[in-house]
Amino acid sequence: MKPENKTWFLRGMRDGTPIMLGYAAVAFTLGIAARNAGLTAGQAFLTSLLNNASAGEKAGFTVIQANEGYLAMAVMMLIINARYLLMSCSLSQKISPETGLVPRLIIGFEVTDEIFGVQMNLPGMICPWYTYGVIAMALPGWSLGTYFGVVMGNVLPANIVSALSVGLYGMFLAIIIPPAKENRVIAALVLLSMAASCAFAYLPVVSAISPGTRVIILTVAISAGAAALFPVKEEDGHAA
Amino acid sequence: MQHNIYVYIFVMFAVTYLIRVLPLTLIRKPIKSRFIRSFLYYVPYVTLAIMTFPDIVQATTAPVAGLLALIAGVALAWSGRSLFTVAVASCAVVFITEMIIL
Repeated sequence: MKPENKTWFLRGMRDGTPIMLGYAAVAFTLGIAARNAGLTAGQAFLTSLLNNASAGEKAGFTVIQANEGYLAMAVMMLIINARYLLMSCSLSQKISPETGLVPRLIIGFEVTDEIFGVQMNLPGMICPWYTYGVIAMALPGWSLGTYFGVVMGNVLPANIVSALSVGLYGMFLAIIIPPAKENRVIAALVLLSMAASCAFAYLPVVSAISPGTRVIILTVAISAGAAALFPVKEEDGHAA
Repeated sequence: MQHNIYVYIFVMFAVTYLIRVLPLTLIRKPIKSRFIRSFLYYVPYVTLAIMTFPDIVQATTAPVAGLLALIAGVALAWSGRSLFTVAVASCAVVFITEMIIL
């Protein structure tokens, strides 16, 4: 390893440490969701190792629990993880054109909200070794956290499991509420989305729609409506 | 029909990975359509809100504990607390509430 690559790798590990701790805690509660959906610890570990996506995996477990089709799973992943497309487009502008295919395949593997964030914070172009350092911390935190969520979820008392099962939702709130405070359109969308989700869960006729399909239909309808009525300004486009 | 869990996991991985890696390998220009950019910008907020409620109320043993966790989570996130703090505090609210009422 070249000395400058080593420096970047260590810097990536340093920036990846708080990400690892946060991921481990949240992945633990994701593991409890995986256990509730009927996955073994090994299967949940594999899912987290390959996907690195909290909302995507939670939605995937919903599809698995409801025993819906593979096409429903594919559509669900496409919609829920669509934002990574936008992030990867932004990231592609921060990767030097000489960067080879293999580093691009590895950087693309771990595009998450947090890792995207630390990479975009770097001045100038991204050295792939920096990203490798972040991944070296974040990926074990995420996948092992999920593993232990399933394992410990089986032995922990019911009141602890009940408490830990909301950790994932706490993380979702920490992602959506601060932007909602700054942006009235997002605040209105969050309220509308929760109200619509609640209506679809309990009202007659529409409550027959499976949870997975409900997430897809409402996400597409509300996001498309908002995009048509309140198109974002150019500089906001990268913020998601 | 019972589906194979490993096929599910592979489908999740394949779709998610293609979304992430295609822009980095093939599409080297940013997306131009303002509608699609806006749509992608709003998706995370909408989808996370949909998945949070009413699910948070259904996840706990006592629904009221989940509701209090939602209120506490919104309040803490609003006041700018970190992701980690909000997640842990939500769990603590449920634990304490259920200890009192159950």
